[in-house]
Amino acid sequence: MSDTATHSRKDATAGAPLLEVRGLEGWYGESHVLHGIDFDVREGEVVTLLGRNGAGKTSTLLAIMGILEKRKGTVLYGGTETIGMQPRHIARLGIALCPEERGIFASLNVEENLMLPPRIQEGGLSVERIYDLFPNLKERRRSQGTKLSGGEQQMLAIARILRTGARLLLLDEPTEGLAPVIVQQIGHTIKALKAEGFTIVLVEQNFRFAASVADRHHVVDQGRVVDMIPGEDLEANIDKLHAYLGV
Amino acid sequence: MFELLGIPPQVLMGQLLLGLINGSFYAVLSLGLAVIFGLLNIINFSHGAQYMLGGFVAWMLLTYFGIGYWWALILAPLVVGATGLVLERLALSKLYHLDHLYGLLLTFGVALIIQGLFRNYYGISGQPYQIPEILSGGQNLGFMFLPNYRAWVVVASVIVCFGTWFMIEKTRLGAYLRAATENPVLVGAFGINVPRMIMLTYAFGVGLAGFAGVLAAPIYSVNPNMGADLIIVVFAVVVIGGMGSIMGAILTGYGLGVIEGLTRVFYPEGSAVVIFVIMAIVLMIKPEGLFGRGA
Repeated sequence: MSDTATHSRKDATAGAPLLEVRGLEGWYGESHVLHGIDFDVREGEVVTLLGRNGAGKTSTLLAIMGILEKRKGTVLYGGTETIGMQPRHIARLGIALCPEERGIFASLNVEENLMLPPRIQEGGLSVERIYDLFPNLKERRRSQGTKLSGGEQQMLAIARILRTGARLLLLDEPTEGLAPVIVQQIGHTIKALKAEGFTIVLVEQNFRFAASVADRHHVVDQGRVVDMIPGEDLEANIDKLHAYLGV
Repeated sequence: MFELLGIPPQVLMGQLLLGLINGSFYAVLSLGLAVIFGLLNIINFSHGAQYMLGGFVAWMLLTYFGIGYWWALILAPLVVGATGLVLERLALSKLYHLDHLYGLLLTFGVALIIQGLFRNYYGISGQPYQIPEILSGGQNLGFMFLPNYRAWVVVASVIVCFGTWFMIEKTRLGAYLRAATENPVLVGAFGINVPRMIMLTYAFGVGLAGFAGVLAAPIYSVNPNMGADLIIVVFAVVVIGGMGSIMGAILTGYGLGVIEGLTRVFYPEGSAVVIFVIMAIVLMIKPEGLFGRGA
């Protein structure tokens, strides 16, 4: 597995990164939460942002998506500067967010939730393929969105951004609060999505889970990326990582 | 038909019909308020003025351009909706990040201005508006006489209310609206133009008020205060039904119209206050309203 990962990374290194974040700063009101985030994501990669609670991982995703209103620095997506854009325009470039709180709409049934995000470009998964990946959702497509179990809601939150043609998925703690067997399922899903060619930025606290799916890991601390650890070097760096995460 | 508690059926049926007609206006108006409140979080106090505007636009179309009722039924809501677009863009959109109170005060002020302008130009005596020829006259149902136009008002309001309900609850467009009502930020992050949706929703809500105004024109005379009198009751209806519930607004509107009508039969002195008494009781027992989704 590490062979193919190295191989695909070498291939990807040839082109410019799909996402390039440089000196990204962000604020919630007066509170300065991002102090210069730097990282790259290449096409087809799965990279993580690891770090303690409050380190700035979620804020980084929100800043990339344009939801964090006050932000500066550089976020290039496919070479396009997005730092001054509205979230809806950033979404239209091909970036999609699966938020930490999942954001399933209570007044919509499962199918309505799934079909809500508009198709922005070619290349999204078909609904059949999505139901293939998440058979539970098909069974429960007439249920109210928030009547699903936590795991199913998480599946739905991921599923609905796969139809749209977005190529870069920002997944915010998809395993949070879920049973181990569901976490495993989500791990399989992320690998399947990588195989489909999606590029993924994964925010995680569950570092074992992160290790099992990602090519590279970025350690975020106090609003900065303080280290980058390639997936295959993770074992060698485990003590360092534990020190960062304080576990 | 037999008498009920000494009340002749003609009287009972007549008041029930009147109640149903009032209920039709309550339903269409509180529906518009509920749609607007749901997405914009704004308590649209200019709703009564916009209803009046609908009546006046119909009257102006006829008086100045010779355009009759049926066209007015389509054009007046569009005109009122367009004024809503302008109001939303120029003023309301600046208030969304503030407390409800600011939207309420702004729309209240707008209502006073619009009503004042019309009082200034047209006085308060009211302008007559003829019932369209095809709907004049009525049916003798044996136990009562049913004026055609009044029957039409009930039918038209039911169609509009349930059409709106269907659109919001059962279509894809409505799914966007429901989702944006819950979480506008996330809907925006999916690439949907939420500000435009909010603008069109406001226009649609006040367009409904304009539609009700046209329906009302042949029944009540068109006068600058027609909305101001009605809107107080409509707000009570909305409080009873619960802000933000579409079906709740519709059912409460018709239901309270009928209750008001029945009160007029059995205890006429109470008919003017019965809705407010119900409001007080509902507020004590279920403050979020009968169909409210919680606070």
